[in-house]
Amino acid sequence: MYLSHSTFTWQHVLRHGLQVAVFNTLLWGLSLMANGTEHWDVELVYNQAIGLSIWSIIEAGRILLCEPGHAWPSWSRALPLIAGAIVVGWIVGSQVGNLYCGCSNWTFLSQSPRRLRSAIAFTIGASTVATYYFYSRGKALADREKLAAAERDATLARLSLLQSQLEPHMLFNTLANLRVLIAMDPARAQAMLDRLIAFLRATLTASRSASHSLAAEFERLDDYLELMSVRMGSRLSTQLTLPDELRDLPVPPLLLQPLVENAVKHGLEPKVEGGHIDVTAERHDGLLALSVRDSGLGLGAAESNGPGTQFGLRQVRERLHALYGERARFSIDALPDGGTLARITLPLDPPAP
Amino acid sequence: MTPTALIAEDEPLLSASLQAELAETWPELRIVASVGDGAQALQQALQLKPALCFLDIRMPGMSGLEVAQALAEDWPEDGTPFPLLVFITAYDQYAVQAFAAQAVDYLLKPVEPERLAQCCVRLQRQLAAREAPQAMQQAVDQLRALLGSAAPTFAAPKLEVIQAGVGATVHFVPLDEVIYFEAADKYVRVVTADKEHLIRLSLRELLPQLDETKFWQIHRGTVVQARMVTSATRDEAGKTHLSLRGRPEKLTASRLYAHLFKPM
Repeated sequence: MYLSHSTFTWQHVLRHGLQVAVFNTLLWGLSLMANGTEHWDVELVYNQAIGLSIWSIIEAGRILLCEPGHAWPSWSRALPLIAGAIVVGWIVGSQVGNLYCGCSNWTFLSQSPRRLRSAIAFTIGASTVATYYFYSRGKALADREKLAAAERDATLARLSLLQSQLEPHMLFNTLANLRVLIAMDPARAQAMLDRLIAFLRATLTASRSASHSLAAEFERLDDYLELMSVRMGSRLSTQLTLPDELRDLPVPPLLLQPLVENAVKHGLEPKVEGGHIDVTAERHDGLLALSVRDSGLGLGAAESNGPGTQFGLRQVRERLHALYGERARFSIDALPDGGTLARITLPLDPPAP
Repeated sequence: MTPTALIAEDEPLLSASLQAELAETWPELRIVASVGDGAQALQQALQLKPALCFLDIRMPGMSGLEVAQALAEDWPEDGTPFPLLVFITAYDQYAVQAFAAQAVDYLLKPVEPERLAQCCVRLQRQLAAREAPQAMQQAVDQLRALLGSAAPTFAAPKLEVIQAGVGATVHFVPLDEVIYFEAADKYVRVVTADKEHLIRLSLRELLPQLDETKFWQIHRGTVVQARMVTSATRDEAGKTHLSLRGRPEKLTASRLYAHLFKPM
């Protein structure tokens, strides 16, 4: 609950109480100017006792009645609370004042309807002004916190996406291979560098564009798999199948990337004899079916490699849900001969914006 | 005598390049084996007994650290000096910190020629100075510290019972009753006083789920419940044999874990 800390701390309560006392003193000063300074001390006691009583009832009610994560209760609860607080606070505060001066303000006020009316109007007015002040300040503070929390969440999500894609182990091993190729086979080194550049560019811009064509998606996968096959040599064989009629379909950028990376990183790279990876797009029952099939170590091995895999899969699932809701399906299964098959089905029309 | 070396690196280009660069910076060094996975590295190193082993950390099968552990446990007592180890990694923060802390040699990929030359000078100095028993002891001490710190551990919930499937039935074995666990290929044998079960889990996956104060690893393939050990005896070859409560067989603690069985 990101707002909860603004709801209740003793420091906040103390600060509010002091602000109310200052406000009461100002009102007292105004009333002295209007009514003369004869009983200034009695006026001050009544003023502070009534003001602080009303405030403490509203403050306690506000803290007790509000929903978690909010600074104030809903209007249907806040209005009766304020009205009740004014009545009860006035009575309690008056008793304190009566004790101090040894008289009764009720007897004094009830002698003249004009006095009574102005005292009621004064109390209600002052309470409303003070409550409105605290309400609007609390709301502004809460809004600011909510905004900051949303910004922080978005930044974290973007960062972890980037981090999962730009895995340093992959990057430095690729650079090490590149360094070797530069001396040995400059043409191949250049081709590998071009792949790396395309891969990096796609990774860095993927979070900023909403969709690209399936053909572009497959090109990026090809870049990544080409880089990996330079590294793994004959241990990795790959096949990408994309029918011409599906090339122009829009898909979220790098949607398949985490699945292909998981297949390589947890399935094929740790397997001594290596293996094969198949990425296929097909039209199936009026839907677009995408699949990543590998002959690697299988799901059990991937899970024991720590939370990295889970993160990639969760990310795919969340993206699909955000973009397509119930219209997209995602599944990942162990294959009987030991590999893994990940499948995504999407509607053929583009996602709702 | 010509120094010999083994290279274990799963990426073919990097392996070839390391070999070429070593040939340039250290022409007398003879590469006796170049392998692409951990199991082969262990087998070849035990057979060829090179003076140096260059071990990539991430390799298929066994990691470079696991190879080092297995080597230290299985290295013969015949006086052949234990190889100097050089770990190679592209990016493993934890491992690199641990190597630096233990003064273990390591190379970062891509390997810079200057850094490789420094490393070779250091290795030549160590080769000239070393004597077999100290080399072994030093390697054991370093590896013990590395194994304790290099792997990032995931805080896993601790187990209370072992659930072992046999056909359609699942047997519940309270952890208190387990005398020891033993790795068997892709399985772990769970041994109690009167029964044995197999669970489909590697010892590496099981370990974080055990209370390490009660269950002691004594070998890369064995974990024993400490209160089930009745005595530990050290033989002339330096091996520690454990007698067990309720089991006739003895377990052997490797030299990496022998220090656990000192008297108080």
